[in-house]
Amino acid sequence: MTADSIPVAPALAGVAWEPGAPKPDAILTATGVRRTFGGLTAVDVDHLEVQRGVITALIGPNGAGKTTFFNLLTNFDNPDTGTRSFNGRDLDGVAAHRVANLGMVRTFQLTKALSKMTVIENMLLGATGQVGERLSRSLIPALWKSQERSNTERADELLVRFKLDHMREEFAGTLSGGQRKLLEMARALMVNPTMVMLDEPMAGVNPALKQSLLDHVKGLRDDGMTVLFVEHDMDMVQEISDWVVVMAEGRIIAEGPPASIGQNQAVVDAYLGSHHDSALDLEADL
Amino acid sequence: MDWGSIIENTTRGLIGEQFIYFGLAALGLNIHFGYTGLLNLGQAVFMAAGAYGLSMSVVTLGLNFWWGLLLGIIVFPLILAAIMGVPTLRLRADYLAIVTIAASEMFRIIARSPSLDRWTGSSDGLTGFATTFYELSPYDRQERYLFGLFIGNQMWVVTVGWITLVLVIIISRLLMRSPWGRVLKAIREDEDAARSLGKNAYWYKMQALMIGGVFGAMGGMLRAIGTQSAQPQNFITDVTFFAWVALILGGAAKVFGPIAGAAILYAILSFTDVALRQGVDNGHIPEWLMTGTQVGQVRFMLIGLGLILLAAFRPQGIFGNKEEMALDDR
Repeated sequence: MTADSIPVAPALAGVAWEPGAPKPDAILTATGVRRTFGGLTAVDVDHLEVQRGVITALIGPNGAGKTTFFNLLTNFDNPDTGTRSFNGRDLDGVAAHRVANLGMVRTFQLTKALSKMTVIENMLLGATGQVGERLSRSLIPALWKSQERSNTERADELLVRFKLDHMREEFAGTLSGGQRKLLEMARALMVNPTMVMLDEPMAGVNPALKQSLLDHVKGLRDDGMTVLFVEHDMDMVQEISDWVVVMAEGRIIAEGPPASIGQNQAVVDAYLGSHHDSALDLEADL
Repeated sequence: MDWGSIIENTTRGLIGEQFIYFGLAALGLNIHFGYTGLLNLGQAVFMAAGAYGLSMSVVTLGLNFWWGLLLGIIVFPLILAAIMGVPTLRLRADYLAIVTIAASEMFRIIARSPSLDRWTGSSDGLTGFATTFYELSPYDRQERYLFGLFIGNQMWVVTVGWITLVLVIIISRLLMRSPWGRVLKAIREDEDAARSLGKNAYWYKMQALMIGGVFGAMGGMLRAIGTQSAQPQNFITDVTFFAWVALILGGAAKVFGPIAGAAILYAILSFTDVALRQGVDNGHIPEWLMTGTQVGQVRFMLIGLGLILLAAFRPQGIFGNKEEMALDDR
């Protein structure tokens, strides 16, 4: 395949296929972000821009710093140096819960379904700006009942869309691993986000559910949301992402449309070791 | 065996003053631990805040009873919660446990200090702050009430105590059925998940610590009023653990759990006290096994045995939900 024949999403046409490439309409940018744990530099990213309205995948071998970088982008962790901005707002010093209120919601690699709460309670928790969540108003149901009702309607619609409506009253702890992933995604949508950050959405999900999860992720884009996800599953990356960012040893080593990544020398080196100068040749190695 | 006095004492344990004091403290702990997952091992210091808030305001500072009430139930516990919560609530649950148990012991030892005699009355404590309270009593001081269970002043404490309990139960129930309570439960289940959905977990934990502390202070203040004294010895760590026993016995995260737990705990303590004592006196229990002076200790051994059996056969507590408990194992 030559560079001309590789398909590129229209929004990203003309973007250079190189680390730190500027995007025409970046919703999230990170510059000079560094995070060390003792002597280990987990993340050292010079520059990254994430295009609005598309699905961007963040991939890389184990220990590349993807999840750490993810935590830094969502303010669940603070970088040693560097700046991040979301929708034109500097994220430095902004508390993690405020980032969610700004419209960027994340999920977790180890799914955080709230086990001892029912599925519908999990969903309702996601709604923002709830009057009844303020201590001073919570004692008088009349003040929040109508809002609760409209939130419940929205939650029920989402449950139907994610095929979880039959589990509505069950404890979330009784759901299967895949259903928990679905619930976590549906719950994130209750926040009405502009950007959804998914940390390994396919981990531990059976193949049958995988397809429906893929469709849901695509659905987010079709609804106008921006998606950034961390993933190991290359099939999923190839199938749904519009743009791929590759990390290795804390740095971004490549960017480009999904079809271009497999041929990128830096990526091949990162995954297979640098002495492979082309595709893996087992006989020559043994 | 004098069954009349056994029944009388057991009933007094079931609905009497001790039940009210510790029921309130356990209701506070239920907000902390049952709903929010905060490990407060110093509920005694919140109770002491209520007791000393009232007694020091009235005796040491010469304020009137109502100011003392306000300071003891609202102001002191809120300040205390802020002092303990600000440094620890951003950290893991164990740090709050360390700070609360330390704070409760520090308070008790400082209050006992002879150099503070002028302020806290040191180990003798403070007395004479509840006059206004008993002046309001509608009951005759000499008369016995409720089938002779309580004499006048006691009856007044029990009446006010029950009204307080009912109010606290109603407030707990309203809070826990509101979206606010839902956020607390989410924080208990997974703080990061709550934060990822835009909830300020730190502030909610602070609010929970404050409200549970206020409930504990009510219990402590009533206890000081009931015994008409505020003494450091009334707020030793055992007090915290009695409240914990009541909570675990009844079942955490159920509004009525801690109340039922406190009632059962004090009913058993009163029952075994009288029954064992009579058994020893009548010779039903031989001298080589146990003497009358050992009754006090033996009944706590029985409570301990009961708790072990509870942990083995009904870990969710009497009112707890077994299915909910089982979800922990997944």
